[in-house]
Amino acid sequence: MSAVMETTMNEKPKPGVAAATAAPVNAAQASVVKVKPKQVKKSPLLDGLLMKVVPPLTGLAFLVLVWQIIAAKTGNFPTPLATLQEAIKLFSDPFYRTGPNDQGIGWNVLASLQRVAIGFGLAALVGIPLGFLIGRSRFLSGMFGPIISLLKPVSPLAWLPIGLLVFKSANPAAIWSIFICSIWPMVINTAVGVQRVPQDYMNVARVLNLSEWKILTKILFPSVLPYMLTGVRLAIGTAWLVIVAAEMLTGGVGIGFWVWDEWNNLNVPHIIIAIVVIGVVGLILEQLLVALAKAFTYEQVGN
Amino acid sequence: MDAMNKFIEINDVEMVFHTKKGSFHALRDINLSVQKGEFVTLIGHSGCGKSTLLNLIAGLLKPSDGLLLCANREIAGPSPERSVVFQNHSLLPWLTCYENIYLGVERVFGATENRTQLRDRTRAALALVGLTAAESKRPNEISGGMKQRVGIARALAMEPKVLLMDEPFGALDALTRAHLQDELLKIVAKTESTVVMVTHDVDEAVLLSDRIVMMTNGPAATIGEILQVKLARPRERVALAQDADYSEYRTAVLEFLYRKQAHPAKEAA
Repeated sequence: MSAVMETTMNEKPKPGVAAATAAPVNAAQASVVKVKPKQVKKSPLLDGLLMKVVPPLTGLAFLVLVWQIIAAKTGNFPTPLATLQEAIKLFSDPFYRTGPNDQGIGWNVLASLQRVAIGFGLAALVGIPLGFLIGRSRFLSGMFGPIISLLKPVSPLAWLPIGLLVFKSANPAAIWSIFICSIWPMVINTAVGVQRVPQDYMNVARVLNLSEWKILTKILFPSVLPYMLTGVRLAIGTAWLVIVAAEMLTGGVGIGFWVWDEWNNLNVPHIIIAIVVIGVVGLILEQLLVALAKAFTYEQVGN
Repeated sequence: MDAMNKFIEINDVEMVFHTKKGSFHALRDINLSVQKGEFVTLIGHSGCGKSTLLNLIAGLLKPSDGLLLCANREIAGPSPERSVVFQNHSLLPWLTCYENIYLGVERVFGATENRTQLRDRTRAALALVGLTAAESKRPNEISGGMKQRVGIARALAMEPKVLLMDEPFGALDALTRAHLQDELLKIVAKTESTVVMVTHDVDEAVLLSDRIVMMTNGPAATIGEILQVKLARPRERVALAQDADYSEYRTAVLEFLYRKQAHPAKEAA
């Protein structure tokens, strides 16, 4: 198996090497002016494409190579190909259900996403209005500032026992951890956004004598939205990090528990697959929110 | 000047700012009254407190001492009856030109008029500044001059008793500025607005004003001289360029600014 990998690995760099050696030869031969502009004309588009595709692929190939070497040196680590075969088997039936502790990887991911969605949604429901209040009132800012500073650096997992104590059940406790870790970035970013609403806009509101409701909907909210979405983006990143760890501790269905379960089964290929799946899901969540933030960010208007 | 005509009255106003670095005496002993339908400009070197005075009239600032009246009522805070055209236009970037104007119109007339009337008012304001075509554009899609025109339209659409303008054309290029000054002259003639405008442009002051209020240098700035500009209206920029009275007024302002009140930077140096 490793032999197969080695040959593929050996083949890959070849076109690159060939191109690299060919290029100077070409340039040397074509010291005539005719050929050069042709290259210049074609290259920007092609270069751009190559620069987009080649470096990530090289990086990926490098990662697989390192993995292959480690797998070859140590006995108990699966090779990339073995893992790929396992993955194909796993993804061919992601939504099976044979028992409460034996479900397809699809169900596990969905279970984790559901917890994140609930915990995160609750945090948004509490955190964003709280951020607005803290941003608008100096008293509330002074009141909540120290509490937030104290609690923000605490690992959300430290809150898990409190959740278990209060809710007496694993699932709400995991959601509770998500809630705690998501709420800080949302509160802080919303509050900062409110405090940074340009004074010009507030002067407009004062001269037009707008009602508090109009100020909120027409000035504060649109102006704070980009800051708020940054908070939301930071929060979803942390929430996805935390859910894996929380599920390892609470058990049940979920990608975090699945990883732990596969470790107990000593099924290392599955653990590696889970790592990739967690990474891909996290990336998708992040990208979705980046797209959302872009759609709601207004350019500051200069003269 | 009888009491009825004293539309804005400023009596013995003092303005002291208290900052972390200590207090700063910006304005002292300001006494001024503005008649209904009058166009008054405030001119002076930067830092002379002319914008502060305008913000006091707007109600955005409260005087440390003294009294400001508008139509015989004390100015207690900002109000749509004294609408402001800001130097940097201050349009809301997430609203279209139409919506920016509508926001003010709705606030002032929303209680007494129906939607069609509000819409007509907004459209009329846009037409007044010649921006009917740009009504559904956002501020970042139009030029600086157009933005400032929307700012003026927003202020005028509220049918204010006084139009306050804080260097409204300061950030524009000379040609656009001239064009907007001409438009402003026409609009003010049509609407018979009372205007108080801050400027540092001598030509702008002479062209537009009935009176030019010249301010001394800060700190503790006050009104140095007041010049009556008795040029006939409508005024025409090119004809005035060769007018003897015009040059006389112009010279008088320049004399005040550069002889009697040399630039503060020069004094320091």
